[in-house]
Amino acid sequence: MRSIELAAAEELNPLIPHTAEIIVGFIAFSLLYMVLRRAVVPRFEKAFAERTDAIQGGMERAEKAQIEAEAALKQYKAQLQDARGEAASIREEARVQGAAIIEEMRVKAQEEATRIAASAQAAIESERQAALTSLRNEVGTLATQLASKIVGEALDDQVRQSRIVDRFLEDLEKSK
Amino acid sequence: MLSYAAEVGKDEGFNPPDAGDFNLPPFIEGNEFATKPILLVFLSVILISIFFILASRKAALVPSKLQFAGESVYSFVRNDLGREVIGHEFMRFVPYLFTLFTFILVNNLFGIIPLIQFPTMSRISFPYVLAAFTFFIFHYVGIRKQGFLKYMKEIMFLPGIPKPAYILITPLELATYFLVRPMTLSLRLFANMFAGHLLLLVFILGGEHLLQGVIGLKLISPFAFAIGIALTFFEFMVQCLQAYIFTLLTALYIAGALADEH
Repeated sequence: MRSIELAAAEELNPLIPHTAEIIVGFIAFSLLYMVLRRAVVPRFEKAFAERTDAIQGGMERAEKAQIEAEAALKQYKAQLQDARGEAASIREEARVQGAAIIEEMRVKAQEEATRIAASAQAAIESERQAALTSLRNEVGTLATQLASKIVGEALDDQVRQSRIVDRFLEDLEKSK
Repeated sequence: MLSYAAEVGKDEGFNPPDAGDFNLPPFIEGNEFATKPILLVFLSVILISIFFILASRKAALVPSKLQFAGESVYSFVRNDLGREVIGHEFMRFVPYLFTLFTFILVNNLFGIIPLIQFPTMSRISFPYVLAAFTFFIFHYVGIRKQGFLKYMKEIMFLPGIPKPAYILITPLELATYFLVRPMTLSLRLFANMFAGHLLLLVFILGGEHLLQGVIGLKLISPFAFAIGIALTFFEFMVQCLQAYIFTLLTALYIAGALADEH
């Protein structure tokens, strides 16, 4: 009975630890620590790391895509600018070329006209010369015939005949 | 199995609950390890292990509900207690803090879980063990980090104090680091659980006793039960808070030991 009372007195003081509980507390806590450290913490950490990776990776991918899109837009804009520039230059060139062609045509036409006019002039001149020559000959012949008929003298000498005609024509011109 | 009251031969009538109610006799005669608190401690280890192993088994990118629950507890300890308090070296201590928090929390919650209803931490031995772990860890960390002499010097001689003041300050500082910290850590947890459980016993056993009295007392009994239920909710809060405080203080002590200057 005495031992029970002693034990009871000890038990009534709640600040006195029990050996069995100390041992169990130590073992149980160490056990839990090992389990959580080995099996739980690394897995949670892995999940956290993967999640961070996924979020960061996603953001990086999005950023990359945006940069790519911007680059493409820039390129398209540049190409558009180029195309516009090219079109303008082509138009300008066409305009210049057109003007040049018109100018050339005009010059050619002018030349042609001049040439035609010149050749016409030459033809007229040669016609005139021919007509003049033949007229002179004819007039000469007629006049000579007339004169010889009048004078009664055959002026068959060619040189003299021509001289007489020339003189006659000169007189004719002077008398005009 | 004899009740404690019968063992020491208390009077009939209402015996208010006292410290004796925390001494649950072994259910196998003479075997000190076959007691309810010890069983509960092992139960807590099994429950916590199973829960977190299941929660972390897949460790998927998109967590399931179970994984989310486990991760919430883990990341609370890891980030709010570990990283916030200890700083860049926190990862080394996360497993310990995590074990400490879950172990204390579950054992405290046993106090209000129906059918179990005994807070294991109201047995002083367990808080002693936990405080001892924290005590050795934070001193070990400090000595490893700064060397024994420098660590002791930093504890004993606070910088920026006139020399004569060391006569007063040094013993106080030594007592703080080597006595007060482990004692307060364990006693705070123990006393909260002890007092809380006693309070619940008073109102619930009292209510039960009133029910057996005359008709007038029977009418009062529901009020005692109502207060008992309200106090159960209050206890829930205290139990979570105590687990948090113990872990927070441990983190603070470790952070202090790691810091170069006080």
